[in-house]
Amino acid sequence: MTETRPNDHAPEKDGGKRYWLDDMRNVYKLFWALVVLCGLLLLSDAFYEKHVVFEFEHWFGFFGLFGFFVSFALVLTARELRKILMRGEDYYDR
Amino acid sequence: MIAEFPPGLLLIGGAVLVPFLKGNLRSAYSLILPLLGILQLTTFEPGSFGAMAAFGFEQTHVRIDKLSLLFGYIFYIAAVLGVLFAWHNDDALEKSTALVYVGAAIGATFAGDLITLFFYWELAAIAAVFLIWAARTDRSFRAGFRCLLIYMVSGVLLLSGAAMYANATGSVAFNNIGLESPGGIFILLAFGIKCAFPLLHNWLQDGYPEASVTGTVFLSAFTTKLAVYALARGFAGTEVLIWIGVAMTAFPIFYAVIENDLRRVLAYSLNNQLGFMVAGVGIGSALAINGAVSHAFAHIIYKALLFMTMGAVLFRTGTAKGSELGGLYKTMPWTTGFCIVGGASISAFPLFSGFVTKSMILTAVAEEGYVIPFLVLLFASAGVFHHSGIKIPFFAFFAHDSGKRPKEAPFNMLLAMGLAAFLCIAIGVYPQPLYALLPFPVDYAPYTTTHVVTTLQLLVFSGLAFAVLQRTGLYPPELRSTVLDFDFSYRWLAPRIIGWIMALGGRAWTAMTGGVLLLLNGLIARIFRTHGPHGILARTWPTGSMALWAAALLALSLAFYFQ
Repeated sequence: MTETRPNDHAPEKDGGKRYWLDDMRNVYKLFWALVVLCGLLLLSDAFYEKHVVFEFEHWFGFFGLFGFFVSFALVLTARELRKILMRGEDYYDR
Repeated sequence: MIAEFPPGLLLIGGAVLVPFLKGNLRSAYSLILPLLGILQLTTFEPGSFGAMAAFGFEQTHVRIDKLSLLFGYIFYIAAVLGVLFAWHNDDALEKSTALVYVGAAIGATFAGDLITLFFYWELAAIAAVFLIWAARTDRSFRAGFRCLLIYMVSGVLLLSGAAMYANATGSVAFNNIGLESPGGIFILLAFGIKCAFPLLHNWLQDGYPEASVTGTVFLSAFTTKLAVYALARGFAGTEVLIWIGVAMTAFPIFYAVIENDLRRVLAYSLNNQLGFMVAGVGIGSALAINGAVSHAFAHIIYKALLFMTMGAVLFRTGTAKGSELGGLYKTMPWTTGFCIVGGASISAFPLFSGFVTKSMILTAVAEEGYVIPFLVLLFASAGVFHHSGIKIPFFAFFAHDSGKRPKEAPFNMLLAMGLAAFLCIAIGVYPQPLYALLPFPVDYAPYTTTHVVTTLQLLVFSGLAFAVLQRTGLYPPELRSTVLDFDFSYRWLAPRIIGWIMALGGRAWTAMTGGVLLLLNGLIARIFRTHGPHGILARTWPTGSMALWAAALLALSLAFYFQ
């Protein structure tokens, strides 16, 4: 989780200026705002008539859940691919 | 007079003067040329001119229709943006090469026959390589050479395909070719190399990020979109393109997630976006072709914008590596904002340019009943938001604070980025002018409730996945690394296989020559034994014994003679 902690080595020359996002509490606020937005978008499926082609597109919340799970799977697969594909930065220059 | 002048030659010829100018004058001159070009296009009426006969075929130097005009306009717009972004860069080589490159791409767009197309196709390839070399680094020199070799293969394929096609049909006119035509497969592969088809793609991720801050912005716009144009012209409705396009959208995004060099991440996402266009060309319906070419139009602008923002970061900090960046929003707020606009456009958020163009392709794929391609394109849409919409801005401008406090980008860069960002939003909010330019009449409404809500669901939930992965620490951190792609085959494997064969051949040669030498030595030794100074045949015989033998022989012959 270290790579998500902002301002972990802010320079002195900045005069210790704190930005709104430097406060982790504000970052958490943004995260929960995103969760709420997702909830609202999911519920909105109940309030309009979907004009789509395939049967599965009619399923409640299909696009949201599809987007979430494929993105999750994408990142985890890519993470595993690193084990096979990742080499040192100077790999081709050696 | 300007009306009947080949549009590509305007820039190619104009580039000759660039080395003789300096500073602002040189930049202003480079800006005026594409502006003049746009002016010229507004006077064009559908038709053709510059007919000539060479090599025994009728050629058409300039063919004007809605398809070629659309690409002509966007190429000139990209040139204007690129020149503005590079205003401060007083490099005569890069400036003149860029103009030749743009001119060649435009010349190829308006080429009415395969021979003219080939001529401009090769010129664009050579200019692109010089544009990579203009970075003047060792890495760019090597990458440029690899690109050159691959581009030459494309040129040879195009020429051989065109020759077969002309031989069989008696015409070199560049219209719908199709896979069934003689030479069709060669021409398709020639276009496919430049369009970065899977396994033919690596020159793109290898070469483009090695060009200079400003060179990459030019490169991102032309070569690959020229190939999309050529596919739309020659291979619309070729079904295999649907599957090729679908594969292209999916597999680069895995790389984009783990690649560290953010300009290389953008090259992977460029490849992914080309996939959408190729799939659209493969469907081939009026809606799909409109979608593919309008997506190319929108894509050129937002991709240039994204490369400009990462170029500005590279310009100010000296690096575009995710592992060394972060927190730049504090001192580069404008660049951050423009990057987010570019990210929203490539991710096809409603009100941004990608939305009004990509949704046409997705709708066309669904309407033709292709379930699996539809699902893969949906996956790729979520994926592109993940790595271009979030990863790029997040790791460059937010994430952990790198401690870097660079100055905001120079004014000319901000101006170019601002203009591109404005166009991204303008097309997204008011797509009608773009729709009016499309080759087929547009009967399509992007802003329906279903489109907007389903797109937002897909994207925002994809964003949520990113946030959850970050919070749980599952997201792979940016690491200094090289990620092996298909170029492994020719940058690592092939040299080693060739080295191994050479070593083996060397050993075989030594062994063979050794064996022959041994035989020869043996033979020589034997001859030496008998014929050498001490050999039995070299002994001096007494003269008396010879006289005796001669007498014996004479006596014998006498005896026979008198019998």
